[in-house]
Amino acid sequence: MSAAGTVREITGRAWRGVCWYLREFSGEARWDDYLRHCAEHGHEPMSRREFERRRADAIERNPVSRCC
Amino acid sequence: MSTTVSRADTDGPPPGGVGRRLSARSIVIWVAVALVGAVSWTVLALARGESVSALWILFAALCSYAIAYRFYARFIAYKALRVDDRRATPAERLQNGRDFDVTDRRVLFGHHFAAIAGAGPLVGPVLAAQMGYLPGTIWIVVGVIFAGAVQDMVVMFFSMRRNGKSLGQMVREEIGIVGGIAALIAVFAIMILILAVLALIVVNALAESPWGVFSIALTIPIALFMGVYLRVLRPGRVLEATGIGVVLLLLAIVGGGWIEGTELAEALTLSKEWLVLALVVYGFVASVLPVWLLLTPRDYLSTFMKIGVIVLLAIGLLIARPVIQADAISQFAVAGTGPVFAGSLFPFVFITIACGALSGFHALISSGTTPKMVAKESQVRLIGYGGMLMESFVAISALIAAVVIDQGLYYAMNAPAGATGGTPETAAAFVNGLGFDTTAQDLAAASAAIQEETLVSRTGGAPTLAVGIAQILSTAFGGGGAAFWYHFAIMFEALFILTAVDAGTRVGRFMLQDTIGNVWKKFGDLSWRPGTIIASAVVVGLWGSMLYIGVTDPLGGVNQLFPLFGIANQLLAGIALTLATVLMIKHGKLKYAWITAVPLAWALTTTLTASFQKVFSSDPRVGYFTQRQLYADALANGEVLAPAQDVGQMEQVITNSTVNGVLQAAFALLTLVVLANAVVVIARAIRARGPVPTTEEPAVPSNIVEPSGLFATPEEKAAIAEQERLVGAGARGHGTFTQEGPPR
Repeated sequence: MSAAGTVREITGRAWRGVCWYLREFSGEARWDDYLRHCAEHGHEPMSRREFERRRADAIERNPVSRCC
Repeated sequence: MSTTVSRADTDGPPPGGVGRRLSARSIVIWVAVALVGAVSWTVLALARGESVSALWILFAALCSYAIAYRFYARFIAYKALRVDDRRATPAERLQNGRDFDVTDRRVLFGHHFAAIAGAGPLVGPVLAAQMGYLPGTIWIVVGVIFAGAVQDMVVMFFSMRRNGKSLGQMVREEIGIVGGIAALIAVFAIMILILAVLALIVVNALAESPWGVFSIALTIPIALFMGVYLRVLRPGRVLEATGIGVVLLLLAIVGGGWIEGTELAEALTLSKEWLVLALVVYGFVASVLPVWLLLTPRDYLSTFMKIGVIVLLAIGLLIARPVIQADAISQFAVAGTGPVFAGSLFPFVFITIACGALSGFHALISSGTTPKMVAKESQVRLIGYGGMLMESFVAISALIAAVVIDQGLYYAMNAPAGATGGTPETAAAFVNGLGFDTTAQDLAAASAAIQEETLVSRTGGAPTLAVGIAQILSTAFGGGGAAFWYHFAIMFEALFILTAVDAGTRVGRFMLQDTIGNVWKKFGDLSWRPGTIIASAVVVGLWGSMLYIGVTDPLGGVNQLFPLFGIANQLLAGIALTLATVLMIKHGKLKYAWITAVPLAWALTTTLTASFQKVFSSDPRVGYFTQRQLYADALANGEVLAPAQDVGQMEQVITNSTVNGVLQAAFALLTLVVLANAVVVIARAIRARGPVPTTEEPAVPSNIVEPSGLFATPEEKAAIAEQERLVGAGARGHGTFTQEGPPR
């Protein structure tokens, strides 16, 4: 493989890693997980709006403390 | 509650971890790390009079962290705690997609770090810089390695073995009901105090600063917009919304500079009293509003800003390579007459720097939330110990920012108004009297450079840190811009202090509703509006009144309240380490009990000495009751003592020192109650000569294969590949949702 190709591959992998991390960290990836889960079990997924609303309700009941 | 004797301890050593010989390559690497660390410490310790680069502090800290993480944390995890990856964690056993949820170790590390890191590690080191750079550096690094990170990891481990029980629950079940109630009261009281002190820092940073008020006020509509965006416009697109939010935030900071000299600026030049009112109203409204509207989006903003600024500062430090301006050990270390806070190096440096070295508050997050999401037991080393090392690194960066600014400016900013007189002329005279060079022109120029009215007596640590950050970043990235960077730093601190204030108010409200709900069932119902509103009002009222006391204190709120906050936080650490030691012994690990007992002994020595001095010292600058007596006697004789200016202020000093003294004594007594109860339990456990029953959950075999550390080793990669081959891809832990609803 050419040097440019190697560089491109490494930056590509790093970029995908960063994107993966940000999606996981921000919780956006939960929607993807849910869709995959529904596909595996043959459920009809709920709408994104409904899904996020339930997630927000769960956070409402489980406050996360922030430290000093 | 199930009662078992730990099984894994009798089953022979769990696989992995300890016992492998180091390869020649790792020996070379670790010897090199040790050498760099040793050289850095030597330079810091021996340098006298010549100019020392601040990078030595950075390298000394980083090398020490690396060695501690590699060797000491590993020893604790595998030898003492005996983490066992054959056991399923509560996240795996009880997975419900909400609070119990197997989470990638790197993602959980980020969440845990975001939850523990706040303004504490930024402010404490700045104040402690009055003792010189060396005491603070040593305590931050040694403290985190042997106390703070150990506490976080051990508490996380024991909570994880108990399905993520909270600190208070564990104290009640493992130590006793008396200790449990004492711990519950202590936790609630400390939370109120922390909220008051954090809010005080914001008030001091924003008072008389229209630029700051403008930018911070705009964060509220920005957060509301993000909330609506995520709820209505484009549900769930968090990164998009946060990206927009960050851009708007930067515009808000820049925009603050444009309003200078306009009528708007005049309207936004708020006194401290008005800011207190604004914060109290804000705190109340935020805690009763639905979280999606304000709290959650603000949390996204502050988390991304927090991590961004820390990375930026680390890069800035490497590029700017600033030179330390402070002495290694200052004249105030022994004399105890420093203007920033009273008292000598021992015990007060250890009290002032709480977060960053040892913070009891972390035990509340290490028990409860995080342990319910850990995928493998061995990951507590990365998340608990590693997360705290990261916070310590933040504290070191803050310390560097405080010791590289001109020391005349440092003292002019951090001495209370009663001492500096409030004008550049009087402040310069005061600072010259301390033995530092500065002139009224220098002080005026420094405030003009960042477009603030004045920098004299801008106490609280946040403005000093912002000046330091502005100096480092404008040097590193060129082009001046000190005013932008200053307000950028203020915004960053205020943003996550406000997040801590509204999240803390909410948690306090839940605690209050839960506790009162034991007696009055209806009040514990979280959906009952009147209960919610009353509980929120009580919590806000409590921290709001402490805040008001701090803001109007003629002696200077920060130097009166910050020691109280630091001691309370460390006493909470005392409670957490007591619990950890009790559990070590109950699990039959008496041999390793020193791991938590030594930091416990140290924490108790410093905090109880400090508490004793704050209550009984005959020096009115240190002892609250002597201070009270001094002012009460003077008032009885019809005198007015400086810095009080009239009878009203005299009475205020008397009330405040009484309140502070009583609180101080109460915290110490609560900790001693927990300790006394623990001693009884420990004596009983030692007499039993071996493991005694605890509330640890029985072991269940795990089906998850995940790496332990940040990076997977070749063996771990092979094990994961093998697992995937056996059970099919995608079955590694993720995606077992219950029918009740989607994951959080």
